[in-house]
Amino acid sequence: MAFKIITSQCTACSACEPECPNNAIREKDGTFIIKPEKCTECLGYFDDPQCVAVCPVDDTCVIDNSYPRYVEA
Amino acid sequence: MDNQASVPNTGSDQGQNLNQILQQVAEHKGCGTSSEGGKASCGSSTAPEDMDPAVWEKVKNHPCYSEEAHHHYARMHVAVAPACNIQCNYCNRKYDCANESRPGVVSEKLTPEQASRKVLAVASTIPQMTVLGIAGPGDPLANPEKTFKTFDLIFNAAPDIKLCLSTNGLSLPDHVETIKKYNVDHVTITINMVDPEVGQHIYPWIYWNHKRVTGIEAARILHERQMLGLEMLTAAGILCKVNSVMIPGINDKHLVEVNKAVKSRGAFLHNIMPLISAPEHGTVFGLNGQRGPTAQELKALQDSCEGEMNMMRHCRQCRADAVGLLGEDRSSEFSTEKVMEMDIQYDAEGRKAYQEKVEVERQATVLAKQAEMTDLEAEFSDLKVLIAVATKGHGRVNEHFGHAQEFQIYELSTKGSKFVGHRRVDLYCQGGYGEEDTLPTVIRAINDCVAVFVAKIGGCPKDSLKAAGIDPVDKYAHEFIEQSAVKYFKEYLTKVKSGEIVHAERGDADIRQGAYIAA
Ligand code: SF4
Ligand code: SF4
Ligand code: SF4
Repeated sequence: MAFKIITSQCTACSACEPECPNNAIREKDGTFIIKPEKCTECLGYFDDPQCVAVCPVDDTCVIDNSYPRYVEA
Repeated sequence: MDNQASVPNTGSDQGQNLNQILQQVAEHKGCGTSSEGGKASCGSSTAPEDMDPAVWEKVKNHPCYSEEAHHHYARMHVAVAPACNIQCNYCNRKYDCANESRPGVVSEKLTPEQASRKVLAVASTIPQMTVLGIAGPGDPLANPEKTFKTFDLIFNAAPDIKLCLSTNGLSLPDHVETIKKYNVDHVTITINMVDPEVGQHIYPWIYWNHKRVTGIEAARILHERQMLGLEMLTAAGILCKVNSVMIPGINDKHLVEVNKAVKSRGAFLHNIMPLISAPEHGTVFGLNGQRGPTAQELKALQDSCEGEMNMMRHCRQCRADAVGLLGEDRSSEFSTEKVMEMDIQYDAEGRKAYQEKVEVERQATVLAKQAEMTDLEAEFSDLKVLIAVATKGHGRVNEHFGHAQEFQIYELSTKGSKFVGHRRVDLYCQGGYGEEDTLPTVIRAINDCVAVFVAKIGGCPKDSLKAAGIDPVDKYAHEFIEQSAVKYFKEYLTKVKSGEIVHAERGDADIRQGAYIAA
C-alpha cells in the first residue's frame, strides 16, 4: 500500500512535499499528489508517515488500498 | 532541517547592552521625526539623544514600530510561504495564517521570483513603501527555502527596502543565523502563552522532529522554542516584536505574564490583537463559540500592559498580500499578471527624494501638535474622551465618512492626544451613495467615541450620528489630526464647564469580525 492525497480536501499548503523522505510528493494542477510507486509509507525512515503528521487537514493523506503493501527491500 | 543551530550565550554583555538600548527605544514613544545621519530631532528636545543611532535608524521610519510613521510610510507583504508546522485553534488552514492576517482571508500565493518582481513594481510606484514582510500564508520559517530566496532576490535588487518576517517560533532557533545574514530588520513572534497549561487550549498539535506532538507536550515544546528563539534574536542584535492573540477566558489574564516574559528577554514591542472568531471561518474556536474580546476589554488589557512596555495598537491584521498605507489596500493594482507585464524601473534616487519630502511633512505634524498643546497643559481636568478619525494617511483628516474602511481612534485628555487603536468598518458608501443598513454597523464600531472627524459627510449620516450621540465634525477637513484633536478637546472642556454639554461615559464598541478586505 502507498499513501494518497484526497485532492478535494488538500489546501495546497505544500507542507508535506519537503517532508517526504522519498520525494514522492509533488504539485499537480493546483493540489498535491503522491506518486504511489515512490511512497514507502515512510518505512525505513520514520515511525510515522510524514505527510500524515504534517498535513493540517485531518484524513487527507490516507492509505491507498489499491496498492500492495510496501515491502522493505 | 535536522541541524540545530548552536545556542549563543544569551547572558552576555552584548545582550545586556542591547536590552538597554531597546528599552530606550521602547520608552521613546510618539515622536516620529529625525534628521539625516541618525541625529534625532523631534522638532524639540524629546529626541532620544542617548540612543544608539544604529537602532534609531532602524525604527524611525518603520510603519510597524511607530504609530506616527504608520501614517506616512507603507509596508507590503508577499505570500510565498504556504506551509505551517503547528495548528492553532483560531486558524483554518484553508485560509491565511490567522496570526498575521485576519481569519478567512486567502492571499494569492507567489513564487520567490514573482514576489520579488511584485515588490520592485510596488516600490517603484509607491515611494513610501519601505518595508517588505513575509508573514504567510503559513509560517515563513516552515518554508525556509522560499522565504530566504525571496529575501535574497530583494536584498540584491533593492537594498534600501527593509525586510521583516513573522513566525510562530517553532523553528526560529534553527534560522537565526540566516536571518542575520540577510540583515533582516525585525522578526515578529506570535506568543500566546508562557505556560503549557494555557497553551494546550490554544494549540492542538505541532509537527516536531518528524512526529505529530499533541497536548501539553506540544505546548511545552513550542513555548521553549519561542523563548529560545527570542533570546537568540536579542543576543544577535535583531529587533524582535511579539504579537499575542487575546482569547477571553483562555489567555486574557495570562497575557500580562506573557508581557513580562517577553520584555525580560528583550522584545521591543508587544502587540495584543483581538481574537477574531466566527463559525463561518471553520476554526475550532469559531465552531465552539469562543468569542473575541470587546473593544473595551482589549483596550483595558493593552492599558494594563502599557506600563510594562511599549504597546503597539495600530496593527490592523491586514491580509498577507496587503499593499499600501494605513487602511488602504492597493493589492489589486499589483496582481501577478499585471506585475509580469510591467516595465519596472527601480528608481532608488527618486524614492530617496520622495522620502525626504515625507520627513518634512512629519516634522510639520509634530510641530503643529506641540504648538496646540501649550495652553492645554495648564488646564486641569481628568476628563478622557475618545474620537474616531477618517484618514488616508499623511497625518491629516482627509477621508470622507462614507469612504472610510476604518477609523483611527484617539484618546484625548489634558495630556494631549494618544492613538489607541483603529476600528474597521464595512464601506459605508459604495459607488457614491450610502447604503442605509451599513450605517448602524459603523455607529456600533465607533460607539465609544464622542466625535468622528471627517473630511466630508452627507446630511443623512450626520443626523444618525447625532442621534447616537456622536458629534460629526467636518470643520477640520485636511488639517493635521492630532492638532485638530487637541483643539477639539479644548472646546469640549470649555463646553462642559459652561454646561453647554454634559459629559457622560460612552458605551462599548464592536470589533468587526471578518477579513479586513473581503477576499
Ligand atoms: S507516507 Fe512517507 S513516503 Fe509516503 S508519501 Fe507520505 S511522506 Fe512520502
Ligand atoms: S500537507 Fe495536506 S493540505 Fe498541505 S499540500 Fe500536503 S496534502 Fe495538501
Ligand atoms: S501559525 Fe499561523 S498558519 Fe500556522 S496554524 Fe497558527 S495561525 Fe495557522
